[in-house]
Amino acid sequence: MAKMKLYIGASSPAMSSEMKTGDWGTELAYIDKEKCIACGQCITFCPEPATSMVEEGDKKYAVVDHDYCKGCWICFTVCPVDAIEMKTKEIYKVEVC
Amino acid sequence: MNYFGPGHGACPGCGFPIAIRGAIEVLDGKVIAVNSTGCLEIVSSMYGRNTWGVPYIHSLFENAGAVAAGIETALRAMKRDNEAHVVVFAGDGATFDIGIGTLSGMMDRDHNVIYICYDNEAYQNTGNQQSMATPPGANTTTTPVGKLKPGKTGRKKDMVEIAVAHGVPYAASASIAYPKDFQRKVKRAAEFEGSKYIQVHAPCVTGWGIDGKLTVEVSKLAVETGLYPLVEYEYGKLVKVKKLKQRKPVEEYLKIQRRFRHLFKHEMGKEILEQLQKIADENAEKYGLDA
Ligand SMILES: Cc1ncc(C[n+]2csc(CCOP(=O)(O)OP(=O)(O)O)c2C)c(N)n1
Ligand code: SF4
Ligand code: SF4
Ligand SMILES: [Mg+2]
Repeated sequence: MAKMKLYIGASSPAMSSEMKTGDWGTELAYIDKEKCIACGQCITFCPEPATSMVEEGDKKYAVVDHDYCKGCWICFTVCPVDAIEMKTKEIYKVEVC
Repeated sequence: MNYFGPGHGACPGCGFPIAIRGAIEVLDGKVIAVNSTGCLEIVSSMYGRNTWGVPYIHSLFENAGAVAAGIETALRAMKRDNEAHVVVFAGDGATFDIGIGTLSGMMDRDHNVIYICYDNEAYQNTGNQQSMATPPGANTTTTPVGKLKPGKTGRKKDMVEIAVAHGVPYAASASIAYPKDFQRKVKRAAEFEGSKYIQVHAPCVTGWGIDGKLTVEVSKLAVETGLYPLVEYEYGKLVKVKKLKQRKPVEEYLKIQRRFRHLFKHEMGKEILEQLQKIADENAEKYGLDA
């Protein structure tokens, strides 16, 4: 008989990261690591979260995981030093002649 | 490991995920999450696509208070209540309307639960029907704007006061525009034994008719106009209020949302705008908002 694995209390491991929701939006957020002051605002506010902090030697800065960025612009609006740029995805760029 | 997300299905720019993740993080992941039916449940508990990094249960729309009470009681019976906080995450429809009975029972018996209502001011998952948390003037599918009606008539119910009236040790309002303040409140709530109620204002991009660029600004304006006062009660005593240096006119908050835009054209719009300003003024008076 086939056995079924049941998670009592409706708790299974988090699996949603397999859903690459980064393909939802028309734009993606890009962080300029030179401008970033590592304040963490974009990490606190990103609803996904698609942002995280990385360290490179003594430089700390935020990065965006484009697998999950829905292009909502929230990080863009909360960054105190304008380190974030929103860029339209290539496939949405149409040439108008 | 992430406690909530990524890969959930909330709309781009949705407000509540900021609060859900913030609450679980500040409790160091020591959370058993109880969730009522609504957007949060739908976007986070798809089969095979669970987004929760903590134990999670969804039962019904109306019974989160009772389910949490049961879990809390079971944990105590097993002498395991020191292992995690039982935290409810429920929408405003679930909290103000359909689940108020089980929430009231939970608070009456003073179960050791942190109840967090994410308030997006309508039944958003089913497409923006009014709840008792919907403010006056809002256009919803059950309070449609027409010749005779300028959106919802009647006030937003004051659930924080209703929680306080139950004699709970802690009750507070918060906003996703002030995530650190919200997290501090969740942490403070966890220090009390008994029922705790926190209501966090969280914009719905589709229902309110804004885009993600405005999510933070709009929720900030709700606070800055006095329409969503941030208050905190301990044992029925008002202990903290977010003061406003220069309270803004309510129009600044209303004019950038589609759900209110008719107020600036409708025959009865002026009346509603005055009513909303009066509510803000009364809040300022009651809580001493003006610094
Ligand atoms: C008893 C019952 N009535 C109606 C529904 C349909 N329903 C599902 S979610 C929902 C709205 C939930 O509103 P709210 O609690 O404010 O959460 P939101 O979706 O806004 O986050 C409704 C009416 C249901 N699931 N169960
Ligand atoms: S645009 Fe939105 S989803 Fe993308 S990183 Fe910024 S806040 Fe996160
Ligand atoms: S908000 Fe701006 S400065 Fe702060 S961590 Fe993010 S990108 Fe860097
Ligand atoms: Mg709602």
